[in-house]
Amino acid sequence: MQSSAVNESQLVIDSHQESGHHGHPDHRMFGVILFLIADSMTFIGFFAAFLIYRAIMPEWPPEGTPELELLVPIINTSILVTSSFVMHKGQVALKNNDIQGLQKWFAITAAMGVAFLAGQGYEYFHAEMGLTTNLFSSCFFAVTGFHGLHVTVGVLLILSVLWRSRTEGHYSSTSHFGVEAAEIYWHFVDVIWLILFVLVYLL
Amino acid sequence: MEQVHPQRKWQDYFSFSTDHKVIGVQYLVTAFFFYFVGGALAEAMRVELSTPDPDFVQPEFYNQLMTMHGSIMLFLWILPAGAAFANYLIPLMIGAEDMAFPRLNAVAFWIIPPGGIFFLSSFFVGAPQAGWTSYPPLSLVSGQWGEEIWILSVLLLGTSSILGAINFVTTILRMRIPDMDIHSMPLFCWSMLATSALILLGTPVLAAALILLSFDLIAGTAFFNPAGGGDPIVYQHMFWFYSHPAVYIMVLPFFGVISEVLPVHARKPIFGYRAIAYSSLAISFLGLIVWAHHMFTSGTPGWLRMFFMATTMIIAVPTGIKVFSWCATLWGGKLNLNSALLFGIGFLSSFLIGGLSGVMVASVPFDIHVHDTYFVVAHFHYVLFGGAVFGLFAAVYHWFPKMSGKMVNETLGRIHFVMTFIGFNLTFLPMHPLGLQGMNRRIALYDPKFQALNELVSIGSYLLALSTFPFIINIVWSVFKGKPAPRNPWRALTLEWQTASPPIIENFEEEPVLWAGPYDYGIDTESIDGDEEVEDMLAEVAGNT
Ligand code: HEM
Ligand SMILES: [Cu+2]
Repeated sequence: MQSSAVNESQLVIDSHQESGHHGHPDHRMFGVILFLIADSMTFIGFFAAFLIYRAIMPEWPPEGTPELELLVPIINTSILVTSSFVMHKGQVALKNNDIQGLQKWFAITAAMGVAFLAGQGYEYFHAEMGLTTNLFSSCFFAVTGFHGLHVTVGVLLILSVLWRSRTEGHYSSTSHFGVEAAEIYWHFVDVIWLILFVLVYLL
Repeated sequence: MEQVHPQRKWQDYFSFSTDHKVIGVQYLVTAFFFYFVGGALAEAMRVELSTPDPDFVQPEFYNQLMTMHGSIMLFLWILPAGAAFANYLIPLMIGAEDMAFPRLNAVAFWIIPPGGIFFLSSFFVGAPQAGWTSYPPLSLVSGQWGEEIWILSVLLLGTSSILGAINFVTTILRMRIPDMDIHSMPLFCWSMLATSALILLGTPVLAAALILLSFDLIAGTAFFNPAGGGDPIVYQHMFWFYSHPAVYIMVLPFFGVISEVLPVHARKPIFGYRAIAYSSLAISFLGLIVWAHHMFTSGTPGWLRMFFMATTMIIAVPTGIKVFSWCATLWGGKLNLNSALLFGIGFLSSFLIGGLSGVMVASVPFDIHVHDTYFVVAHFHYVLFGGAVFGLFAAVYHWFPKMSGKMVNETLGRIHFVMTFIGFNLTFLPMHPLGLQGMNRRIALYDPKFQALNELVSIGSYLLALSTFPFIINIVWSVFKGKPAPRNPWRALTLEWQTASPPIIENFEEEPVLWAGPYDYGIDTESIDGDEEVEDMLAEVAGNT
């Protein structure tokens, strides 16, 4: 056959690389959601363990566990919840082709994420218990730590969106997978925090 | 001959290729490597167990063999082998040119070889000894480094499995050719959908348990350590929340395989397409709520035992539906008893026994009697070996012509089947009476009164070891010297047979056409547009290479 057949099959191979270019439907968001379902099961595992301990231990938290300070976590909660809205403004800005708006709101979100982590660091530092003090403290550090890890990843995602947005035309009102993925991940981390906050601090 | 398509090079198989067919073969070969490792460990155990005394290996080393055998067979053999066929077949079966996320797919595979080598390296620091379940507190006191390597390897392999599942679900749900609605897709795709759902929902909970176990092991916490105020039962719940579904993760793909293999070689439509498809989903759902049947002797309260006994017995219903459907598919068929169908029938009979002994151990009073005895070992080998491994060999024989472009030698294949089937039953059938009489599992020593049957078991296991030789010879010989395979040597209807053997890099020359349902075999069925009878059309295309 002629060379056009070669080119055509080459094209097919090129478009094998994932992405929504070349007119292929974009499945990446679907994949991200599946990942988040799986990830949420990890938290459900931790939460279930926590609830079981709570139910079966004769005393919970065990005797001698210091009272948890609530001020910092409440501030942290409001920072995180607000940041979800801030971030959404960034996405809306992008949909209006306003890259600067995207950069502004995402930068604020990242800063809020860092503030959250700083607050958590402060809390760890001033807690009158350590990882191995007792079962409650171990749970406390394991669960908040695992969540903190997710916040850190979220901040890194936002920073990488900011980094990429410097390239002209990388994101636009029609090409915005990275922005949406970072955003949905951030909302997810936010929702997990709310559950965690109720379970660990309030119950 | 003109070369209009880029050609596959052998080097591709050693590279970070994003082609699902290459990745499928990579998975399969890697899995087989670990199968032989795990098999060698099993043979070592059987040598030790041919006498009641610890004369071949030290008891500690026996524990390591046992733990490594179980974990390798599950995490490095059956799981990747299922993923191998899923990778190779799903895009071809639905007429897609690749998986939804090819690069993620390659990453998922390339986690496995280093993960497996890392796992094996634990032998140098003292391999884990706490069994594949790694129950604390035993796992906390039987060698720190081996155990930590076990945890990290399972976390790695679990990650790979999750990434694979994301790809399978997305591909199956989003990339079928437009003509193929969900009820005309091959049953293998249904079974992978059910499998992937379990992977996505179960594996992360195991990860959570292992992270906490790791803290106990390394950082001195006491989540699961009663000595520090923790509770080992919580580990058991988290572990089995994954690991019961895991047995379905390991066998569902091969349920799918059997649903493909039987109709083709019996030349009959599958009996009860929807029943088989939906029962996979039912198994998947029920599989998530039966886990504590592994904990009947862990102090589980009576009402909870009743609940889990009931759910476990209910799961036999969808499983039974499948078994009946497969038998009905064979019934009155024109059986072509080649290696693929023989292993398919071997699967049916062995899995049936494993399923029935499963219902037995689901009942609390019986389980209390046989818990942690060889009856349980017999049961799960009937499911895992008799089910998954037989299904896997059926898959290998069925799709080998497609994957390699060569036919296998049927005589060697049949010899392989006969040796495997006899060896398998000789090895695992006597374990039932041994267990009923009280021989404990997971220990190198036993009461001398059990010796005669144990010798029989060991002889059976040597036959099993021998049975791999005709297989290996057959595969190697056929890859190089086998007769070239036509496109569709079995006159099958699923789409992977509409392309060349082996398929061209982009899978299909043009988008494949659905001119019949996936199982419309038989003399009088008409093709979808009603032009011609299906078997006649198949006979026409069968000759084309
Ligand atoms: C080559 C043939 C095989 C032989 C001779 C064999 C033999 C054994 C024996 C004797 C044990 C019991 C060890 C003990 O309790 O002390 C065992 C355990 C086990 N085997 Fe196999 N096996 C074979 C194949 C397989 C396959 C194909 C799988 C899975 C796909 C498998 C999975 C397991 C598992 C999960 C355990 C439990 C390990 C534990 O107790 O933690 N085996 N095997
Ligand atoms: Cu189970």
